[in-house]
Amino acid sequence: FRKMEQEMLKCLFLGFGLQKIRYPCSKKDPFPGEAPIPHKQLQKFQRGEKYKVPAGARRRLKEAIISSEAMSELAQKQAARYDLLLPEDAGFLEGDEDEDTNTISQDDIADAVDITSGSKYFNLHLSQFGPYRLDYGRTGRHLLVGGKKGHVACIDWQSKDLMCEMNVMETVNDVKWLHTEAMFAVAQKRWLYIYDSKGLELHCVKKFNDVLRMQFLPYHFLLATASATGFLQYLDVSVGKEIAAVCTKMGRLDVMSQNPHNAVIHLGHPNGTVSLWSPNQKEPLVKMLCHRGAVRSLTVDKTGTYMVTSGLDRKLKVYDIRAFKPLHSCFLPAGASCLSLSQGGLLSAATGDIVQVYQNVLGSSPVSKPYMAHRLRGQIWGLAYCPFEDVLGIGHGEGFTSMIVPGAGEPNFDALDTNPFRSSKQRQEWEVKALLEKVQPELIGLDPGQLSKVDQASFEQRHKEQVEALGFDPLAKDKFKPKTKKKGRSSAGAIEKRKRKVAHEDQRDEIRQTVQERTERDKEQKEKSNEKKKLGNKSTLDRFRK
Amino acid sequence: MAADEEELSINEQAISASEDEEGSDDERKHKKLLEAISSMGSRKRKKQNERSEASVQVSEFFVNAEGTGEKVNLSDLLGTVEKTSGASNKTKKQLRNLQSSKETLELPLNKQQTEKIQRGIAYEKTAAEVSCWRNIILQNQKAEQMVFPLNQESPGPKRVEQVVAGWKVQTPLEQEIFRLLHINSQPVDDPVLTPVEEQSLKAMSLEEAKIRRAELQKARALQSYYEAKAKREKKIKSKKYHKVQRKAKCKDFLKQFDEMVKTNPEGALEELKKMELSRMEERMSLKHQNSGKWAKSKAIMAKYDDSARKAMQEQLQMNKDLTQKIVVPSDDEHESNEEGLETIPDFVNDSEPVIDSVNPWMRGQLTHEEPEVSCVTTEDVQTAEEENEEEELVGEFERKRKLRQADEEDLIPTEEERKRAGLKKIQPASEVVEEDVVEVSDKEEEDDDDDDEEEEEEDVSEFNTLFRLMRSEKTLEGSNQTREGLNTPGQEDEEGLLNEGQIRVRNIEDLEVLGEFVDPQPIAEPSLPRTAAVEATSEPPYKKKREIDLKEVLTKEAKAVKVPFLPTVVDEEERDEQISIIKEAFAGDDVISDFIKDKSKLEAAGRPEVVDLTLPGWGEWGGVGLKPSRWKRKRERDEQISIIKEAFAGDDVISDFIKDKSKLEAAGRPEVVDLTLPGWGEWGGVGLKPSRWKRKRFRIKTAPPPPRQDQKLPDVIISENRNASVASHQVSQLPFPFQNTAQFESSIRTPIGPTWNTQSVVKNMTKPKVITKMGAIIEPMVKEDFIKNKTTTPGGKGPAIMLGENKRAKEGTKRSSEKHRGRRSQKRRK
Repeated sequence: FRKMEQEMLKCLFLGFGLQKIRYPCSKKDPFPGEAPIPHKQLQKFQRGEKYKVPAGARRRLKEAIISSEAMSELAQKQAARYDLLLPEDAGFLEGDEDEDTNTISQDDIADAVDITSGSKYFNLHLSQFGPYRLDYGRTGRHLLVGGKKGHVACIDWQSKDLMCEMNVMETVNDVKWLHTEAMFAVAQKRWLYIYDSKGLELHCVKKFNDVLRMQFLPYHFLLATASATGFLQYLDVSVGKEIAAVCTKMGRLDVMSQNPHNAVIHLGHPNGTVSLWSPNQKEPLVKMLCHRGAVRSLTVDKTGTYMVTSGLDRKLKVYDIRAFKPLHSCFLPAGASCLSLSQGGLLSAATGDIVQVYQNVLGSSPVSKPYMAHRLRGQIWGLAYCPFEDVLGIGHGEGFTSMIVPGAGEPNFDALDTNPFRSSKQRQEWEVKALLEKVQPELIGLDPGQLSKVDQASFEQRHKEQVEALGFDPLAKDKFKPKTKKKGRSSAGAIEKRKRKVAHEDQRDEIRQTVQERTERDKEQKEKSNEKKKLGNKSTLDRFRK
Repeated sequence: MAADEEELSINEQAISASEDEEGSDDERKHKKLLEAISSMGSRKRKKQNERSEASVQVSEFFVNAEGTGEKVNLSDLLGTVEKTSGASNKTKKQLRNLQSSKETLELPLNKQQTEKIQRGIAYEKTAAEVSCWRNIILQNQKAEQMVFPLNQESPGPKRVEQVVAGWKVQTPLEQEIFRLLHINSQPVDDPVLTPVEEQSLKAMSLEEAKIRRAELQKARALQSYYEAKAKREKKIKSKKYHKVQRKAKCKDFLKQFDEMVKTNPEGALEELKKMELSRMEERMSLKHQNSGKWAKSKAIMAKYDDSARKAMQEQLQMNKDLTQKIVVPSDDEHESNEEGLETIPDFVNDSEPVIDSVNPWMRGQLTHEEPEVSCVTTEDVQTAEEENEEEELVGEFERKRKLRQADEEDLIPTEEERKRAGLKKIQPASEVVEEDVVEVSDKEEEDDDDDDEEEEEEDVSEFNTLFRLMRSEKTLEGSNQTREGLNTPGQEDEEGLLNEGQIRVRNIEDLEVLGEFVDPQPIAEPSLPRTAAVEATSEPPYKKKREIDLKEVLTKEAKAVKVPFLPTVVDEEERDEQISIIKEAFAGDDVISDFIKDKSKLEAAGRPEVVDLTLPGWGEWGGVGLKPSRWKRKRERDEQISIIKEAFAGDDVISDFIKDKSKLEAAGRPEVVDLTLPGWGEWGGVGLKPSRWKRKRFRIKTAPPPPRQDQKLPDVIISENRNASVASHQVSQLPFPFQNTAQFESSIRTPIGPTWNTQSVVKNMTKPKVITKMGAIIEPMVKEDFIKNKTTTPGGKGPAIMLGENKRAKEGTKRSSEKHRGRRSQKRRK
């Protein structure tokens, strides 16, 4: 006790000047060090493979690699640690026994949930100027609807606050929010118009004519439009310039979607193909034959892994667009005219006047029945999920319907990127930052990580020139030079032996790996066969054996 | 001079004034002092008066300057020195030496060379001085972040003592605390380290440890060098070299031995023992007895060749020398020693049977065969001839040996004499003269001792036989054991080794075979990772016709989804009706309109009437609102379904796609360049084709391009065009330390932006390399900054961290450094 007291006093009195502070309590910390991070979480934030320091690396290289690896690890760990701060979890709809969730009506749901959530199910009866196209802003607060016959309205749909409403007195093909809720684009009969949130016409972009569909690439500030004349055009809304105009030569382009992962535009064509486009290339990056009939609709999930298409052959197909291979397809008797994927991975398909919502479409197993269904009046013209909300907006002939789909939205939002509750000041801040961090359109390509790679072609070219100029390859791996050893170990034979030890090291590694794999496989097979034998040898009489 | 005299007179007066007051003793002392002073002054005066010019004729009227221009020669001086008796012998000798020596002094090096040498030395010095900066510079280069100015006081809270100058313990609590601290010998003033920690630090400073380690390293290195040298020398095959070497060693050894006798008699004794041992060995062996191959050949030559004879004689001489008893001058000691040696039985000289049981020559035991033969089984198979030869040789050897023994017996001193003295020998050198002397002295006593000797010999021989028997048994056992050992574990080992070898070989073969089997296109995965789900899809085998594959892919059986409808308020019938309506609507809705649009575009307005008919019904403008009558729709629908069927019957979509793809593939293939010139080098004309070999020769085929990305995807066309737009943003040159792209790419794979990282990580990742304090003057680094804690003296025992007493000294150095800095800054200001 005395020692304890003394220590305590010392600590108290001499305070922080001590080099090592001994804590007065003799109890040991039962959990010393930092809290461990679960492996799964760590893996979630892993970026690429760890790189080992190659043998015989020079000092500077070693240092560079080690420090960068340490940094990566730190970043990964910290990110995994802070993953705790995303506590929200998506819910879902659960039926009673023998009750299909798709038979539960929206009214029932709205009655069952709290008032705020219940108010998210509503209908706008706009039978005059329908059918309607719609678009939600990136934060999910603002809704833009555009009727075929010229009715355009933007609403803060949660507060049901009408921001503006007008009739453009022209056919409206599509409507789209731009980067903020202050501006939106309307594809009208001839030109593309840009309005502000008060309904004031800001621009009439006459370079963009006969636009049928639009997509906005938020990080590039690009408005991509697909026209009836077969042109795919890109408008940089930050500078108001046309970035690229690509003649697709595929006819009328009325099926369009974007891949949020790499900002590649997907277009569906009447000949059953889907083509992928970037503003940098005059030909499609990829062209894939998806349907035997025309493609009616397509959508891409937010991770850029899956694409869902529906065609005139009444099929719904799920593709892995990293490998360009179909995962599974299902036959919808009525076909699907509109498709939309939510942040949570729910797929909604408009079949006639019914909207069906499917769960687990993106898995490997095909779907059998919908998760939810909702019948509407009139033709469905637009489908869109509201970001960060369990809400599906449906534009149809009779107006607009907001439908509750539990588990649709992403429960956690990034307040620095898309904050549904941001003030106007915050929006301004964000706008400045977003403009500063604008991604150049040249970087659009199939591989979004292209930028972090060395430009191999020019690198090789330059290297070739360098080799020619120097007369030797400066980057060539040094030929193995055996050390001169003493005590007679540097005889010609010994040197040759040592050389042979390291010869074809890379090949050897490969061989070693394959051998190992093979032996493992053999072992497994043997075990399996042994088990089988064991089972197979058992006769019915074996049970009487002791 | 005059001034001096005046001063002296003044002093005298002053002293005389004070004189009266002192006693008589004092007076005496004072007088002495005065005398001393006056004598000093007088000598000076005398010197002044001396005539300094040296001349032969000294005139009292004038100073002769006759010999002034001449140089004084050494001989002149020498002559006088010899005469003068006062000069020391040493100087005389030196002078004489000087005179006799004819060597001229070396010319001093010319200026350039001296400067060069000086420069070299100066360079080394400065290099050593500057090299002490290397570590700190490296460290700073490596450092992730540097904060300037370097010697900043650490931020954060400080101790009370540091902040308040005259702080004292006042309150009773404080007093109590300090009492406790004091009792437990905890640091009070400067609580950095406890005395225990201090001591542990003092035990060995880092510097010291480093020095020690360096020393050890050096020693190890030296040892290895020495070993290497020895090995190299050992490898030298030249016999002459080794001979010379050996002789030199021998000489050395003798010298050493001589000294050793004087200084270290015990060591000398040891050496002598060794010599005795060598003698024994010599006696055992046939080394210098002209029994070898060389000797035989020489023996043949000896008749005719003088040198050969000489060589043989030399050999024999050597043998004699070596087998000579070592004679010690002092009789007593030597004799006793000899006696001790003689009592040792013969077989002691026998070599160990285990060493080489096979070679009978090496055994040194020649007379008895039985036990040896029994153990030497392998040797049994030797031919009879060989045995005969051996026997002859043995006989010869024995004869010689007997002779020698007889000689020796003459030389051997008696036992009694030997018993008398302790074991001390001094001189191994077998000088003949000495030997003779000994012989003479010994011979007198010889007769008396003969009987005793014989007796003893008998005893010894008995003992010998017994011992041999025992040994033979042992060797038998040993050999059996060893053989067993060889058979059992050894064989196993061998087998094991063999097996291992086989396995290894097999493995290598396996590997080679594997290497052959490795796919010509190893793995080459597409850049895009594939999910497991992808594998589930039916991937058509590549060899099949593509068209079929494609169809298979597209006609893959799809699962029909039942669409349960909502339970609505509508009646069953109504519902049915609705369903049918929906179906109809769908059937006639988009499919047809799309198709027609498609058709219209593809077939270039083939049927404008159809467009006219359907557009108002199905186009963009609200067809929904205007519902056409049912019968009309039905009719239309039938028509359109037939059209669709028609369209799909030919699988236009698929064939088009395939055509497209094949066209692209064909475009990608390299063309064959035909450079044949008809009529060149052979007959040309109408109807004449260039020969086949020529066509073959001049058709240039370029290498096929790498396989298309969509090679295995029949329903996908992936563009092979390179996207050059990203290239301008990409890195095209590897930055310095990286050696390949993989290394570099992995180093930048983690983003550093706040979008992907937590705040702390971003800060850490983007921290600046150099931080400077605003307004602070950044002085260049001073040596004291980085070696202030080091003791530069090699044997320095000071602690690594200065404490307490040394604090002041440290401060002093700091101050000096500050002064230094101040000076520098002043300079800069100028």
